[in-house]
Amino acid sequence: MMQVQTVETANGTKRIPGAQRSRFKELMRQYRAHKYLLLMLIPGLAYYALFHYGPIYGVQLAFKNYRIVDGIWGSPWVGLKHFIYMFNGSPDFMNILANTIIISTYRLIFEFPMPILLALILNEIRFVRFKKISQTILYLPHFLSWVIMAGVLTTMLSPSIGIVNYVLGWFGVDPIYFLGDKAWFRPTLIATNIWKEVGWDSILYMAAIVTVDTEQYEAAIIDGAKRWQQIVYITIPSIMHVIAIMFLLTVGQIMDAGFDQIFNLYNPRVYEVSDIIDTYVYRIGLVSMRYDFATAVGLFKNVVGLILILATNYAVKKMGQEGLY
Amino acid sequence: MVQPKGELRTQILLTAFVCLLCLSMVYPFIHILSISFSTPAEAIRPGIHIYPLEFSVEAYKTAFRQADLWYGYANSVFRAVVGTALHLIAMLLTAYPLAKKTLPHRTFFTMVIVLTMFFSGGLIPTYMLIKSLGLYDNRWVYILPMLINTFSLLVLRNFIMALPKELEDSAKIDGAHELRILFSIVVPLSLPALATVGLWSAVRHWNAWFDALIYIESNEKQVVQVYLRRLIIDNSIGDVHHEYGLGNVTPESIRGAALILTITPILLVFPFLQKYFVRGIMIGSVKG
Repeated sequence: MMQVQTVETANGTKRIPGAQRSRFKELMRQYRAHKYLLLMLIPGLAYYALFHYGPIYGVQLAFKNYRIVDGIWGSPWVGLKHFIYMFNGSPDFMNILANTIIISTYRLIFEFPMPILLALILNEIRFVRFKKISQTILYLPHFLSWVIMAGVLTTMLSPSIGIVNYVLGWFGVDPIYFLGDKAWFRPTLIATNIWKEVGWDSILYMAAIVTVDTEQYEAAIIDGAKRWQQIVYITIPSIMHVIAIMFLLTVGQIMDAGFDQIFNLYNPRVYEVSDIIDTYVYRIGLVSMRYDFATAVGLFKNVVGLILILATNYAVKKMGQEGLY
Repeated sequence: MVQPKGELRTQILLTAFVCLLCLSMVYPFIHILSISFSTPAEAIRPGIHIYPLEFSVEAYKTAFRQADLWYGYANSVFRAVVGTALHLIAMLLTAYPLAKKTLPHRTFFTMVIVLTMFFSGGLIPTYMLIKSLGLYDNRWVYILPMLINTFSLLVLRNFIMALPKELEDSAKIDGAHELRILFSIVVPLSLPALATVGLWSAVRHWNAWFDALIYIESNEKQVVQVYLRRLIIDNSIGDVHHEYGLGNVTPESIRGAALILTITPILLVFPFLQKYFVRGIMIGSVKG
């Protein structure tokens, strides 16, 4: 706070006795001049203090042996015990960490390019009315929760009555238990998330494509460039900066492998390939009530996630683009 | 345009592809709708369902007899309406001062808020805080933790910052109070941004389920998404059978009916959603 104060009022080069006091006075004057605005700000700041900074108090559990009778503060410190156990002792943590990274990487490889492809395809369609209507339809699944989607998908993907297996049956494929088969669960996660989000995620790329200078296309057409050549040599390079930013931001979220989706679709049969850090924290924390260890796992995830986000945001800035904030 | 033959073929191919994609998104909902109005035998028939071959409204009758469905609906509407109203008020009160360049320590206050986008205390510390605040099994747990959304707050603040200053200045000369300027000048000018932010909030509230799942115990305080989750995932449909007998409904059609009842509100606001959400993304992309 002092830092800000100095910047605001230090306009002289010499420090005169009593400067500190007059600076304080100046600040008080400013505060009084803005007293209603500052009063307005109180509920918002209280909200942030309570619900965003408040939980940090409980993070100490990651380094403690939690005993309900002693409470958070009174429980004894155990240092890095939970973190050592995580990597050296816990039977499942390494598998869960691997699952998280594997699923996130699959998403990066298979889900990330889809909205770009869709935007390029939609951009080529000349029938404007059709384009508008199809965009509306493609946005819809984004607004439905994963609970609803799980309901729809369990019916659609059912091995006995599901339409997907019914259609596959036309081609002589035996029924596949998409949500209960270890080999199929991850591909199903990827495919269903593409299905739900591809339309919505394409908006950003559509907006970027619209801003491409049309004169470039005209010049290219005169030079005899074909449609695909225009896409490869003009459209894609023109939106490359948007693609790069989105890619980096997605990399920054590698520790989030999609809790809402997995939590609503998985079941004990596929835990081995689908249990991620977030679902694990939920089960060991809120189901098995191991608060201290669950806090430690959550803290590990958050710290790694924070480092990744800061690093990727820094990379975006380095690229000469404006960062996220 | 120049190459008519190849062009036409490409157009047909692309259009067919997009049609297929759209079909994959529309069909499941038609299927579910059809099943929800089907007799048990029809509901579990494998294959394509466009409309029920054997029509029945038993699934809806059974669903409507469930007290938990009505509780769920009431609580979801409560959180969407009250939650969004309080959200908008809290957001305006916070965004307006932060939009004023003359506010002392403005950078500091903004930093305090923006920083929260980069970290969180984690599930367990948050859970313990909510419990110690007395919000466990309390409907306010739906409203208070979601009172402000940082991304929406920045969108709203940027929008207010871009408003012409002259109007506010003239009001100030007339001696209007800050709160009056906010509600009589800033609010009417910010309606597009408020509509966007309000719809975001309403959809977030309607779709929220995890907070209700971990913080709410009593059935009469539960939201419709968790009710639906129980039908789908925990298969608690068994209880329905115990109460009403197996005869005239199947879990498939009851699940279908519950799904349709949960999707419909979203479909009703969808035209507005599309308009304001897409616009919101554009407002949001203007960095301040």
